[in-house]
Amino acid sequence: MAVSTAPPVEAVTGTRRRRSPMRQRPRVWLYVVLAVGMIAMILPFVWMILGSFKTTAEIRQYPLNFWPLEPTLDNYTELFVRLDFATFFANSLIVAVFVTAGNIVFSSMVGYALAKLDFAGKKVLFMLVLGTLMVPGVVTFVPLFVLTANLGLVNSYPGLILPFLIAPLGVFLMRQFMLSLPDELIEAARIDGASEWRIFLRVIMPLCGPAVATLTILTFLASWNNFLWPLVVATSEDRYTLPVALALYSVGQNAAEYGLMMAGAVVVVVPILLIFVLLQKYFVQGIALTGIK
Amino acid sequence: MALAQSPAVGKAPGPARKPRSRRSRQTLVAWGFAAPFLILFVIFMAGPIVASLAMSFTDLTTRDLRSPFGVNFVGLENYISLFNDGRFVRSLVNTALFVLLGVPLTMALALLVALALNNGITRFRTVFRVGYYAPVVTSIVAVAIVWRFILQPDGLLNGFLGVFGIAGPNWLEDEFWALPSLIFMAVWRNIGTLMVIFLAGLQGVPREHHEAAMVDGASPVQRFWNVTLPAMRPPILFAAVITGIGFLQFFEEPYVMTSGGPLDATLSTAMYTYDQFGFGNYSYASAASYVLFLAIVVLSLIQFRLLGKKD
Repeated sequence: MAVSTAPPVEAVTGTRRRRSPMRQRPRVWLYVVLAVGMIAMILPFVWMILGSFKTTAEIRQYPLNFWPLEPTLDNYTELFVRLDFATFFANSLIVAVFVTAGNIVFSSMVGYALAKLDFAGKKVLFMLVLGTLMVPGVVTFVPLFVLTANLGLVNSYPGLILPFLIAPLGVFLMRQFMLSLPDELIEAARIDGASEWRIFLRVIMPLCGPAVATLTILTFLASWNNFLWPLVVATSEDRYTLPVALALYSVGQNAAEYGLMMAGAVVVVVPILLIFVLLQKYFVQGIALTGIK
Repeated sequence: MALAQSPAVGKAPGPARKPRSRRSRQTLVAWGFAAPFLILFVIFMAGPIVASLAMSFTDLTTRDLRSPFGVNFVGLENYISLFNDGRFVRSLVNTALFVLLGVPLTMALALLVALALNNGITRFRTVFRVGYYAPVVTSIVAVAIVWRFILQPDGLLNGFLGVFGIAGPNWLEDEFWALPSLIFMAVWRNIGTLMVIFLAGLQGVPREHHEAAMVDGASPVQRFWNVTLPAMRPPILFAAVITGIGFLQFFEEPYVMTSGGPLDATLSTAMYTYDQFGFGNYSYASAASYVLFLAIVVLSLIQFRLLGKKD
């Protein structure tokens, strides 16, 4: 839950300042080993992108060739024309946006109460949040489905979104961050006669930018990649999210369509990879703040 | 960063206040702040956790969905049948293997990368960190599809091995190699998380200790075993627990890559649970998920103890 030895975030993200005493001179072999390892780590993504531009005939041939001989966009055309990946993409986006917004609003509110207010039952509430931090979806999905079915929400957007509007991780993250904000600010606002709601909205939240950014990224990512619950609750194509559509096609009749499946994987993975490379600081901060991916 | 309650939170700094009335006023406001979260939490989190346990002692199936009065209490029957079901026991064995092989491997590789990034090099750190972390942010379903094609008999991996004259097996259809293949992919995807945790931990190792050891003439290997590793105990144990909890739930990998085959060699407990749910055996599926939950709770408790000791 928390890396108890974690130094301030800057120590993790800012890298070049620190000089270790045991570093005598740069070791070339270490760069080589690290580079080879990194190529191995990202090779599957390169292979995925290259494969998505290959024709089926090219894929079947042996031995393999690395670069596409006649690059084609057919796989993408098929993905968006025959298989309606635009709808799946939109569904993933809609669900992720609502889930992220819900988590920011609700987590900030509870986080404020837990970090800055003194009240009866505070300890119980915090233990509740901590105790459920690690509860996996596989434990709750069966009764959740029964509930969703009884509410008539199977195969609907509310059915996809509602169970994920809150997450203990978000509360934990916001509380941890708000604890670090000085109490004097709040005291001063109280003396000025501001209500707690006003303090929360006007004093606290404007200072929570970094925490909100981290929470946004973590929640959006989790929602975008979420699989088990959408698989259970989305029962027809018009409500599939990207991972569900991809998984069902990949084990169904399109299973052998290599290029098509690679293009599908590109549509799911590449937007996230781009966001990650642009905002990588916040991803790392998320781990430093909570210790959880 | 640690879980310790800040001692300052409960105290009102002003000297001449009446803490009683202020506290009760704040109690009302605080529960107002918590209310929306709490309502959703009870309905969609706490409720289902309890309901799942309750269901596991009944004979609820998909037929009872609209008429809940046909449900009977059956005691431990579901759990007894589970442990008499060879497939379920097999899924437990597979899950245990997945955790026991995958977690140490992920940790060892992540620690090596973190050590190299922290001590060995001065340039391109961000590039390396981004590269090693990239798999963490990707959808397991999507990368599992990519890996399925890489691991095909005529896929990229066997093509690569062929260069060295090695005839690779049919990784995902071979009863022996299927589970190691999935473990390999999971290790690949999770190195980045632990790398970041270990990097943070390494920055916390006191430099003076290293300097003292160097003065005493300790070799780098000796320094690693006697200085770095003892200081890294908390993040290492922490990493073991969170990776263990994650690996216990593995589901997407077999779903996409092997469908649990060949001959249940990659059937995980989460996948078994999902299959039983698919057959409409809701209470039976709940019981299976609770067995998995128990393992996760045990791991979580270990973690609470570790963190508690720190405080």
